[in-house]
Amino acid sequence: MRKVKVYITLKEGVLDPQGKAVKNSLNTLDYANVNEVRVGKYMEVMMEDTEELEAQVEEMCEKLLANPVIEDYSYQIEEVIA
Amino acid sequence: MKFAVVVFPGSNCDRDMYHAIKDGLKEEVDLVWYQDADLTEYDAVLLPGGFSYGDYLRSGAIASTSNIVQQIKEAAADKKPVLGVCNGFQVLLESGLLPGAMLPNRDLKFMCHHEELRVENVETMFSSEYQKGGLIQLPIAHGEGNYYCDEAVFQQLKDNEQIVFTYTNNPNGSTGDIAGIVNESGNVLGMMPHPERAVESLLGNADGLRLFQSILMYWRNNHVIHA
Repeated sequence: MRKVKVYITLKEGVLDPQGKAVKNSLNTLDYANVNEVRVGKYMEVMMEDTEELEAQVEEMCEKLLANPVIEDYSYQIEEVIA
Repeated sequence: MKFAVVVFPGSNCDRDMYHAIKDGLKEEVDLVWYQDADLTEYDAVLLPGGFSYGDYLRSGAIASTSNIVQQIKEAAADKKPVLGVCNGFQVLLESGLLPGAMLPNRDLKFMCHHEELRVENVETMFSSEYQKGGLIQLPIAHGEGNYYCDEAVFQQLKDNEQIVFTYTNNPNGSTGDIAGIVNESGNVLGMMPHPERAVESLLGNADGLRLFQSILMYWRNNHVIHA
């Protein structure tokens, strides 16, 4: 079994109004040195291991987990010890 | 002419769409559940607004993986009119039938009011009953209607005259004030404003009816045999 940690982030250049609102709130809380916040998504996918696991994960990201028009993705694969 | 309104779990403008066709346009229409639909018997496919699958992951993303999307793609390939409104537009984007993607509204607010639109292209099967450059009013109701595409796609949309409706007072931050676009072959329209909510003058606004009348005119011109 593998745990796949998937990180989805908005592409550079795509406006993130939510991140901007969070950034403004942090500034309001006196964290004056916060310049930018980008909000993304984190997913944990538990999968049976296969030889093509990486290719499969990338395909899943392209097809569904991320929208390649606006989002980038990265992932880490960890072994799960039962 | 026979229309199908595809109902997903979480669709909530399906009845409005049904009413617009049945009582506004006065044509045949069925509500079809996404799992057991056979779209081959219909002349046009309508994807209504709402929150399919609770907008999980991204608006329209889960619906775009359902089996019916293959049928919608076939209908589109057969040059049948395919209209996606609001969440229907989001499903068309997520399934790759239209280019681009939706982002949350610029001001992060769910917006529900009338917006003024300019009809940019009247040479489509969805807009022939409007006047070029004409201004119309349609209701909007969305939290993620901020249309995004990169510059290359935007240029392509302009060059191919795929932009059908624009906002005169961009409410959500959409690229190029885009409110509605067609695909390259012109038979798939996605738009955030709701024409199906504006089909009766008695209720204050019938600007949306002309969109459905355009589809009907197109269909009649192609199917009625002239004696």
